[in-house]
Amino acid sequence: MIEPITVNNISVSYDGNEVVKDVSFSFKPGSLIGVLGPNGAGKSTLLKAMLGLIHRDHGDVRLGAKSIEEMRKKIAYVPQRSNIDWNFPIIVKDTVLLGTYPKVGLLRRPKKEDKEWAMECLRQVGMEDFANRQIGELSGGQQQRVFLARALAQKADYFFLDEPFVGIDVSSEEVIIDILRQLKKAGKIVFVVHHDLSKVKSYFDDLVLINKELIDAGPVSKVFRPETMEKAYQRQLMLDGLEVSM
Amino acid sequence: MDFIHDLMTYNFLQKAFVTSIMVGIICGIIGSFIVLRGMALMGDAISHAVLPGVAISYMLGINYFYGAVATGVLTAFGIGVISQNSRIKSDASIGLVFSAFFALGIILITKAGSATDLTQILFGNVLSVRTSDMWLTLIIGGVVILVVGLFFKELLVSSFDETMAAAYGLKTRMIHYAIMVLLTLVTVASLQTVGVILVVSMLITPASTAYLLTNRLSVMVVLAAFFGALSSVIGLYFSFLYNLPSGPVIALATTSLFLLAFLFAPKQGVVIKQIRKMGKRKVATTRN
Repeated sequence: MIEPITVNNISVSYDGNEVVKDVSFSFKPGSLIGVLGPNGAGKSTLLKAMLGLIHRDHGDVRLGAKSIEEMRKKIAYVPQRSNIDWNFPIIVKDTVLLGTYPKVGLLRRPKKEDKEWAMECLRQVGMEDFANRQIGELSGGQQQRVFLARALAQKADYFFLDEPFVGIDVSSEEVIIDILRQLKKAGKIVFVVHHDLSKVKSYFDDLVLINKELIDAGPVSKVFRPETMEKAYQRQLMLDGLEVSM
Repeated sequence: MDFIHDLMTYNFLQKAFVTSIMVGIICGIIGSFIVLRGMALMGDAISHAVLPGVAISYMLGINYFYGAVATGVLTAFGIGVISQNSRIKSDASIGLVFSAFFALGIILITKAGSATDLTQILFGNVLSVRTSDMWLTLIIGGVVILVVGLFFKELLVSSFDETMAAAYGLKTRMIHYAIMVLLTLVTVASLQTVGVILVVSMLITPASTAYLLTNRLSVMVVLAAFFGALSSVIGLYFSFLYNLPSGPVIALATTSLFLLAFLFAPKQGVVIKQIRKMGKRKVATTRN
């Protein structure tokens, strides 16, 4: 049973500067949510603060009646590509196998069925032919698909993806968005940090729009309007680009 | 072959042999994680920082193990405290803390012991390994191998993607400090073999050599342990033969192995890459 996610008054500051101010929202199971905002709006910070990976000044995240700390094994996180050391000595299938570690637990090794499950996840993203490659030998889109396969291997209920569409090819983008839609259909809750405004309408059903503080959250039709977008992007935005995409 | 004969004959040489092989193995294992986590400078820092601990133990008449572990761990925490609670960056706080500890250590040793002791601790003298030192090294080695074996999964995932590891509930900060403690233990075990100053070569060079040869962490750890042990044996041999301090000889042995891999590694080797490039050019010209 997947519970709704509720974010209550999250604030984060670095060296006394508030970078996320008092953000609250809530989404029901079966949601695919884009987290939007201009550069430096605190999108990735919000994501990490929601997961409790960085210190929150105040606020909390509830999954139904439980705190996110009690539900760690139900959470899959896909980092920004730039945060990974692509020269690390690890091959594709072992990267996906990392997704089974939370379930396997301490002092145990992944079994045959864990390895088969990891291969199945790799197949879902269409990367099974690359199973024995070192991860640095892949293209950006292929790398992103492998990390999505790792998230799938976690059998999580809540997914958090940080900029999965940056610098990847069109076919990888299609594979990824297709899988995210399937997750939504299966009743999961999926958050995607995103910055390309042109695809917002076709990709997401719901949005969280922030610029340090919450501008708006809810269905795309409600949030993705010129007035709210202008408020979030202020002068930074190339206004004409936005008008075209709407 | 004389060396093998002497090895069979002399008890002190056997002790040196066993000790240096174990040191090579555990330096390679821990070194692999140090290299991949970008903590090479930290390894250098902790190895220098055990010196005051050794001196204080000497003054108190206790085994140097206790003092060395104490100051080693203290250094790891000191560096963490400074870099997390001020604007000082981590490499600067490492340099700041370890130079202070090292300076203190040299003064204490000079006051407490003789110049020979200082030279031995700084540069290693594997031929003077006592039975108790050998057992200490073997016990530390057993502990290190056991811990890394049991928690290999967690070490792998936290070294590769710390955020993902933390997101699913691993205590990544605890893992960091656990590695620091293991690093201190390894350093203490290496004191007699390679000495304080050159421990870093045993930690970093065999692991880097292995890194050039494989795409899997498990293989890298095993290869690094093998290169570490091999370097130790080579070092012991020349140290015994020409009466040289063992530390520098071992350090140069690790470097030689690294240079071989750097030039000739199947995928990463500079020479091999060059040959492959020329091969491609040839194909291109023949096609034209």
